[in-house]
Amino acid sequence: MSFLTIENLSAHVGPSPILRDVSLSVEAGEVRGLVGESGAGKSMIGKAVLGTLPLAVQVTSGRILLDGEDLLAMRPRDRRRVIGAKAALIPQDPLTALNPSRRVGPQITNRLVDILGWTRQDAQMRALELLHEVSIPEPERVMRAYPHELSGGMRQRILIASAFAAEPRLIIADEPTTALDVTVQKQILKLIRQMQQRHGTALLFVTHDLGVVSKVCQSLTVLFGGLVLEDTRVEPFFAHPSHPYSAALLAATPKYTDPDASLTPVPDAVIEGVQAEIAAHDRMQPHV
Amino acid sequence: MSDTPIYDIENLHLSFPDLAHKPLLGPALRVEILKGISLSIAKGDVVGIVGGSGSGKSTLGRAMIRLLEPDSGAIRFDGQDITHLDEDALRPLRRRFQMIFQDPMSSLNPRRTVGAIIAGPLRLQGVDRVSARVDQALDHVGLPRAFRTRYPHELSGGQRQRVGIARAIATEPDFILADEIVSGLDVSSQAQVLNLLEQLVQELGLTLAFISHDLSVIRRLCRHTLVLYRGEVVEYRETQALFDAPQAAYTRELLDAIPLPDLEQVWD
Ligand SMILES: Nc1ncnc2c1ncn2[C@@H]1O[C@H](COP(=O)(O)OP(=O)(O)O)[C@@H](O)[C@H]1O
Ligand SMILES: Nc1ncnc2c1ncn2[C@@H]1O[C@H](COP(=O)(O)OP(=O)(O)O)[C@@H](O)[C@H]1O
Ligand SMILES: [Mg+2]
Ligand SMILES: [Mg+2]
Repeated sequence: MSFLTIENLSAHVGPSPILRDVSLSVEAGEVRGLVGESGAGKSMIGKAVLGTLPLAVQVTSGRILLDGEDLLAMRPRDRRRVIGAKAALIPQDPLTALNPSRRVGPQITNRLVDILGWTRQDAQMRALELLHEVSIPEPERVMRAYPHELSGGMRQRILIASAFAAEPRLIIADEPTTALDVTVQKQILKLIRQMQQRHGTALLFVTHDLGVVSKVCQSLTVLFGGLVLEDTRVEPFFAHPSHPYSAALLAATPKYTDPDASLTPVPDAVIEGVQAEIAAHDRMQPHV
Repeated sequence: MSDTPIYDIENLHLSFPDLAHKPLLGPALRVEILKGISLSIAKGDVVGIVGGSGSGKSTLGRAMIRLLEPDSGAIRFDGQDITHLDEDALRPLRRRFQMIFQDPMSSLNPRRTVGAIIAGPLRLQGVDRVSARVDQALDHVGLPRAFRTRYPHELSGGQRQRVGIARAIATEPDFILADEIVSGLDVSSQAQVLNLLEQLVQELGLTLAFISHDLSVIRRLCRHTLVLYRGEVVEYRETQALFDAPQAAYTRELLDAIPLPDLEQVWD
């Protein structure tokens, strides 16, 4: 059984659809990439699962099953409790995700105390243990530091520790390395992968970078305009992407090992094809 | 084309006041950002500048087009020493070096139309036939002339970056500095912008310095590559040679860290 199953999820902003019958699943211990250009709806899927959608966004149909429980059918309080215990987020920008005017320690422990009802002492112990696990030197000192006193890589390690703190069984990572240098990105990706394997976590990894997908994911979902275009394992995808849009994305990605390959922007014909798929999908919908 | 390099930079040092550790009395100490940089760029060359964040890439670029004044060393632009020229002396030169910024949304004035934005540097230079030049610049970057009346928020990221490029080429400069101009773009718009730059360099005979943290992009676009580490040049060579056999350990580290869209790549 998949740990996370999204079935035919649709969401709108006013009359405009932003998610169109999205279905995907993540098994326990699996890393699934969620890929697409900016505005495709990647973050909205993550937010729908974590219950943090902006007010303007209305879920209009579909189900989100977390460990078999239907999140959208629950009362908000129960939903928050289930999500808090079983899922967590590694956000994109570690600087805006941390409160600049508060020390790092409480920002990790408060979640455990407030949402999960741990004692402050247990939470403190757990936080130190995790900072150690993500290779932060001098964890006691770092707990007392303010976010701006730490490097970008260090802040992202703290957010990773924080995400794993309550042993969630699903983690959603939303472009967690976009703000980092390539050398730091490599360390952080390897760390996320290591933690995910050690803890057997299901990981939904949002990214626009197919290079990153090939390094951390076992399967992926390609999204455009809130519509799933392809859902596949990575091996067939990188050998022969089956959707023309996926193939076009790969062709537009430069590779330093293949400098003479012509860099082709996604051709207009491919975009028109995808738009026709979207229009065909929308015509099948009952009016909302 | 003469043999004088467009840029000849020698032992450049540049520092900023260290405001984070300002003593209670007296002036702030200074942190040195560029620590003795030397490089030469031939006319018509495309040079990639790569390095970690904070390594001094933007500072070097801004010194080259004299948005910053170095502490010591020399910058010669087409043979002329511009290291310490004042703004009056720089004005006639400003037409000849232009910059395209990283974030097109924050570098383009949101309350001005595309036409006014592109015309900005032209008016500053007191150039005539501004309107015709704006149209010409739009043609070069492949935007419809009708875009003159649009505002930046009405454009996509890739289109805004084209406006940035149009503004930079409108004064018919010899040299353009592009600072991380494709970093925020999707791969498809990135490919469009890179192809456009490649074409403009050829058509207009420009010299281009292209700052990027993405070595795959640099490999694709640039004839020479300069690797910067903490304000020092660790390697500056022909791109192909540098990628085939990187000499500095740091260059090797950068290359090894790139995640290629390829399951075969060894990455550990
Ligand atoms: N707060 C919001 N209110 C209304 N619409 C939004 C909001 N945030 C994002 N959107 C819209 O939702 C769509 C999907 O956005 P998002 O999931 O953030 O894209 P991605 O993460 O793939 O770049 C976009 O069309 C975007 O304009
Ligand atoms: N105006 C300034 N005042 C003080 N420090 C600065 C200023 N501009 C840049 N710096 C510092 O100089 C260093 C190099 O910055 P920069 O050239 O922007 O690096 P890069 O472009 O390689 O990321 C950084 O440590 C940065 O904080
Ligand atoms: Mg997003
Ligand atoms: Mg910079």
